[in-house]
Amino acid sequence: MSTAVDINAENNHDDHEHHGPAKGIARWLFTTNHKDIGSMYLWFSFIMFLVGGCMALTIRAELFQPGLQLMEPEFFNQMTTLHGLIMVFGAVMPAFVGLANWMIPMMVGAPDMALPRMNNWSFWILPFAFTLLLSTLFMEGGGPNFGWTFYAPLSTTYAPDTVTFFIFGVHMMGISSIMGAINVIATILNMRAPGMTLMKMPLFVWTWLITAYLLIAVMPVLAGVVTMMLMDIHFGTSFFNAAGGGDPVLFQHVFWFFGHPEVYIMILPAFGAVSQIIPTFSRKKLFGYHSMVYAVASIAFLSFIVWAHHMFTVGLPLFGELFFMYATMLIAVPTGVKVFNWVATMFRGSLTFETPMLFSIAFVILFTIGGFSGLMLAIAPSDFQYHDTYFVVAHFHYVLVPGAIFGIFAAVYYWLPKWVGNMYSETMGKAHFWLSFVGMNLTFFPMHFLGLAGMPRRIPDYALQFADFNSIASVGAFMFGTTQLLFLYLVIHCIRKGEKATDQVWEGAEGLEWTLPSPAPYHSFTTPPEVK
Amino acid sequence: MRSRLVHWAPTLLLPALYAADVSAEYGLNMPVGVTDVSKSVFDLHMQIFWVCAAIGVVVFGVMFYSMFMHRKSKGAVPAKFHESTLVEIIWTVIPCVILVAMAWPATTTLIEMYDTSESEVDIKVTGYQWKWRYEYIGEDVDFFSALTTPKDEIYNKAEKNENYLLEVDNELVIPVDKKVRFLITANDVIHSWWVPDFAVKKDAIPGFINESWTRVNETGIYRGQCTELCGKDHGFMPVVVRVVEQAEYETWLAEKKAAAQAEAALAAQTFTLDEMMVRGEQVYATNCAACHQPNGAGIPPAFPALKGSPIALGAIDKHLDIVVNGTPGTAMAAYGGQLSELDIAAVVTYERNAWGNDTGDNVSVKDVVTFKNK
Repeated sequence: MSTAVDINAENNHDDHEHHGPAKGIARWLFTTNHKDIGSMYLWFSFIMFLVGGCMALTIRAELFQPGLQLMEPEFFNQMTTLHGLIMVFGAVMPAFVGLANWMIPMMVGAPDMALPRMNNWSFWILPFAFTLLLSTLFMEGGGPNFGWTFYAPLSTTYAPDTVTFFIFGVHMMGISSIMGAINVIATILNMRAPGMTLMKMPLFVWTWLITAYLLIAVMPVLAGVVTMMLMDIHFGTSFFNAAGGGDPVLFQHVFWFFGHPEVYIMILPAFGAVSQIIPTFSRKKLFGYHSMVYAVASIAFLSFIVWAHHMFTVGLPLFGELFFMYATMLIAVPTGVKVFNWVATMFRGSLTFETPMLFSIAFVILFTIGGFSGLMLAIAPSDFQYHDTYFVVAHFHYVLVPGAIFGIFAAVYYWLPKWVGNMYSETMGKAHFWLSFVGMNLTFFPMHFLGLAGMPRRIPDYALQFADFNSIASVGAFMFGTTQLLFLYLVIHCIRKGEKATDQVWEGAEGLEWTLPSPAPYHSFTTPPEVK
Repeated sequence: MRSRLVHWAPTLLLPALYAADVSAEYGLNMPVGVTDVSKSVFDLHMQIFWVCAAIGVVVFGVMFYSMFMHRKSKGAVPAKFHESTLVEIIWTVIPCVILVAMAWPATTTLIEMYDTSESEVDIKVTGYQWKWRYEYIGEDVDFFSALTTPKDEIYNKAEKNENYLLEVDNELVIPVDKKVRFLITANDVIHSWWVPDFAVKKDAIPGFINESWTRVNETGIYRGQCTELCGKDHGFMPVVVRVVEQAEYETWLAEKKAAAQAEAALAAQTFTLDEMMVRGEQVYATNCAACHQPNGAGIPPAFPALKGSPIALGAIDKHLDIVVNGTPGTAMAAYGGQLSELDIAAVVTYERNAWGNDTGDNVSVKDVVTFKNK
């Protein structure tokens, strides 16, 4: 039997390349395979995670003590700006697209993504986009130094000349994201296995479907706002220049109309991954599947009508202030439903605590803490005190690090045995979890106190009363940062010489991806499975 | 009208509020502040904090209970339930009720904060890269307020003083128990004017005038910072407000006016080169040194050197043009409206004679006025 297959494969090798990957570099350059592209996305995002992380450590090293020790404020501002841009666009978003590439075809019972050539292109744009962005660091005038939110006119009239490279970099990232999103939507809507109705889709697929719609809705808005900047800088328009009749606040409205849905783009797929993992290790079905889907949809809808809560201090009229305060508070309701459902799933389950579960539990607890500070920030009068202080820095790192990043870690640990066919080392995985958990909390929890005590964000030096908590945060940051090298070692170790994984991998796992062998074949489902 | 929640919450949370008072000393919590508004804001902050804490205790409590009691190693057998419309409705409705209870006091506080009517003192606050300008409307008092922390302290060459980075040359002075309205704008990029003890934070945006107000209950010195990234020295533009009794305020105001008149009278005098150099050095230190550096070397390419520069060594009119009108599209601001004619003359004289730029030019007030009238 096996001989027959081999002969068959050999005979058709020349005219049917899709039986296996091509050899050498060509495999990666020209691949249209969802697994290859998924892997490239994941490796790329990990490299960007390390690059952005080094920038974060540069920032924390300078802030370890008051005074200017290691760098001038100009360079510090470039570090904060690039850290934000790289983590958002280079680390978190590509990691989720990588997970989508790997998992969506396997979870809906498809052989590959719907648009494989576009898939290749949307990945290969990214290395160029980020090379363009990072190359500005070596140019005259330095890299972007106006914060990842690049408020005009600091980013237009007062920006370094390299801002044009930044603008084109953002354009390219946007094109890549939009193509990725189109691909996800096309795959989910057209390539589900027979019997898999929308309300039978795994939650990871659901959250990605909704995320993809968010991407398509807001990435063009981002492209619009950077194009307006480009016009202001080079073609004499005055969209954001008050002296020419323009409006600097308009920039913020347009930016945050993109920016707020963007934060949900960075968290919804993590919601989905955690909704797969918690039931598996609780050995119990996800509680309230339907309400989970509706909650994600509600969050996505609300994300479009809350953008100005980032702008409570710009002088919005009272009515606008009230509207955005109420709308923002409302988001707590569907988010609460999700948290309650996860807890109810664990309740009276049969729990084990493998690394993906540890990351998922930490996700629920710490993301909820980030949600609480988010609710506090929603209260407009209190926001006047919190706004643009370290309280905000603590808040969004609590939703992004244990939220998005822990969600990605949980997903990688959960599906890694399926991808490579080997188990990772549970001991190393647990060490990675606990060191990350402690390091992350040590870094970001003190920032709540710093913010409440009055330390503004994005400052290279600070008053003396902020010294203690800043030192603690810096120690935590280096702990968290170096721990990630352990993760790199763990993954390589798993690929090379991990123990063989079973097809089922996890005792409680359910879903189509676990019906495939480990490692999963190059083309996922060549014959569609039947879903009952 | 405050809701009932506001009245019973502090009673219920007495021990907690005590803890909050203690922690304030260590900089763990938001300052209660010295205005009625800042106290309302602090109360709101504590209420929402305790609401979150209570929800956290319940949610994490159930979670940890499951994690300890329902583990497989203890022989837990998974239950079969996975749906309950009633439970879903309950945990949707309860948060909604809590949110309405929170929104009510937040709304009343916000309405109060937005009521800028019937002010007794009006001050225009303008953000510049990287200093604040305060104009007392109708009083003819107008001055800049910039950081005074010495570079040596910033670069760890000298011990840092108690108010490191939170000290300025000219404090904003306002009377106690009077409603003071701030009209906040900016000259270049967006800044944000924040005094935590007043719970006043408002963005200073070029082309816009934002309003805010305060009525301070206690005299004292209150310190804050710029809170919107505004370029290189964003971390180095503090806000310092001295709140004084009405009588002291009036004396201060009279002194400021007299000083302004004396300053204007100086313009009629002529000065020797040395006198102009002394004055010019001070003006340079406050206004120019942040970018062009105390030694005139600048930070090229964004901030060009003045030492040996063709501008500082070339025609006086061209030099005056850049100082008075700035260079559009760059960080070089127009100082024509910021500095007096005497100060412009002094700083141009200084730049043309310091660091080996020995032109020997002594630019006079008359030169500046003539240039401006061209």
